[in-house]
Amino acid sequence: MPQPDLQDDLYDAGSVEAGLDALDTPVNASEGSRARRIAGRVLPPVVAIALLVAVWQALWAAAFWPEFKLPAPSAVWGQVWQLVTSGEILELFWVSVHRAVIGFAISLLIAVPLGLAIANSSVVRRGIGPLVSGLQSLPSVAWVPAAILWFGLNDRAIYWVVLLGAVPSIANGLVSGLDQVPPILPRVGKALGAGRLGGIRYILLPAALPGFLGGLKQGWAFSWRSLMAAELIATSPELGEGLGQYLHNGMSLSDISMVFAGILLIFVVGVGIELLVFRPLENSVLKARGLTVTAR
Amino acid sequence: MTATVEVEQTVVRPVQFHQVGKAFGHGRNAVVALEQVDLDVAAGEFVCLLGASGCGKTTLLNLVAGLDKPTAGRIELHSSRPAVVFQEAALMPWLTAAGNVELPLRMAGVPKAERRAKAAELLELVRLGGLGDKRPHELSGGMRQRVALARALASTDDNTGANAGKPSLLLMDEPFSALDAITRDVLQGELLRIWRATGTAILFVTHDVREAVRLGQRVVLLSSRPGRVVRQWDVDGLSGSAEVGAVDEINAALRKVISSHAAA
Repeated sequence: MPQPDLQDDLYDAGSVEAGLDALDTPVNASEGSRARRIAGRVLPPVVAIALLVAVWQALWAAAFWPEFKLPAPSAVWGQVWQLVTSGEILELFWVSVHRAVIGFAISLLIAVPLGLAIANSSVVRRGIGPLVSGLQSLPSVAWVPAAILWFGLNDRAIYWVVLLGAVPSIANGLVSGLDQVPPILPRVGKALGAGRLGGIRYILLPAALPGFLGGLKQGWAFSWRSLMAAELIATSPELGEGLGQYLHNGMSLSDISMVFAGILLIFVVGVGIELLVFRPLENSVLKARGLTVTAR
Repeated sequence: MTATVEVEQTVVRPVQFHQVGKAFGHGRNAVVALEQVDLDVAAGEFVCLLGASGCGKTTLLNLVAGLDKPTAGRIELHSSRPAVVFQEAALMPWLTAAGNVELPLRMAGVPKAERRAKAAELLELVRLGGLGDKRPHELSGGMRQRVALARALASTDDNTGANAGKPSLLLMDEPFSALDAITRDVLQGELLRIWRATGTAILFVTHDVREAVRLGQRVVLLSSRPGRVVRQWDVDGLSGSAEVGAVDEINAALRKVISSHAAA
């Protein structure tokens, strides 16, 4: 090794290195002003919805279908507004959303150990892996009759249906998240002194987080869907009135504007929770890892 | 008898191989990666392992790192946990640069304030002070590899308990081979500086003869399939024509090893 003037050499290497660092660092282009970005994200869906309502209004005005099949947008809005002013909407939301949240939380408690077991043990994977994947494609509404016969018309029947909808999705999301962890990361973890538990806690779980979040998102969608199906089929006064029952009542009363209002509210809650909870969570996780160039 | 024991203690060797062999698979299909490897690394010594692909360089490093077990012979480690730098930086993408350096300390249960200070110190050592908040994807390849080096040094640095005072050992598996020429050149200089600053022993795997001669005090040539120690060269402090001569000589030996496989 040549060792001429060490001090001089050091200074030189340092400045060359600093220059390289400055040149090689990835540059993030700015995305324009904040107001423009927000407008760019909010405007398209607003315009799409406005167009949709306009087409609807035009179809209704043309009277292609009788009033009892296609209500006026204003009539549906009237139904929703009436629910809002009477405060009834809060009860509808509360009954359905708290069920969905509790169902989702229980699903999470079951699905995480299940997913960990499938991902970590090849015996478990071969044994129940296909079963869990299969359950994911079985519409959980199919369980409603069985659940009513087993548990009767009560909350337990509803939770059973929600669980069977959400657990497979969440478990599968965790499994695929764990499967996609690059094998070098656990190896590096081991070289850095991670034990078995430390490896899971500090390396595997954080590395699997993006896939897991995808599973959570899908699990939420499934639990919401299953809940609505269950509420729609299993109606009884003891169950209280959720959005599914409201929709069912609309059908019983042959009130098409009420039916449309029910669909609209179910849609709003499902999309709302995804946009308010899962989308920001997913975006922040992906962005921190440099997996998205711009937030969606 | 007592005298020899004392000698043994004063000359601490961070790692000693005793007729180490490693085979993958069983029976007739077994592939012998390493055979009868005897190799010592002295405290603070910089040893370069040189060989063509398939010579078991990486396997050898994995054995020292404890990521794999030898199938024959034994490896004696007299050091704190060896620090390992892989070919890819393999930084945890969810952690900042400082978070990555802190990771081994966190897993070792080092308190937060101490962790912070240690990480800042190590990032300073690899000239990345002030960039601790950056995420891996915001850093260049060379910078990532330096973070990986700082992280590896953090993992070896448990001078507590039974390992106190033992020489530390840094294992590097072709760490610069994925980098462009200028960055590689600069990082080689940086590694020499860090080696002098820390006094750690380094076992450095490479397939680049020039790199081996520039960095190492000793170059060890491994044969391929099975990997055996063919020859060793003392290349400490060579410069100018002596360095060029050593490179030529080792290159010739490496070519000979490689061409011996053409017949088979």
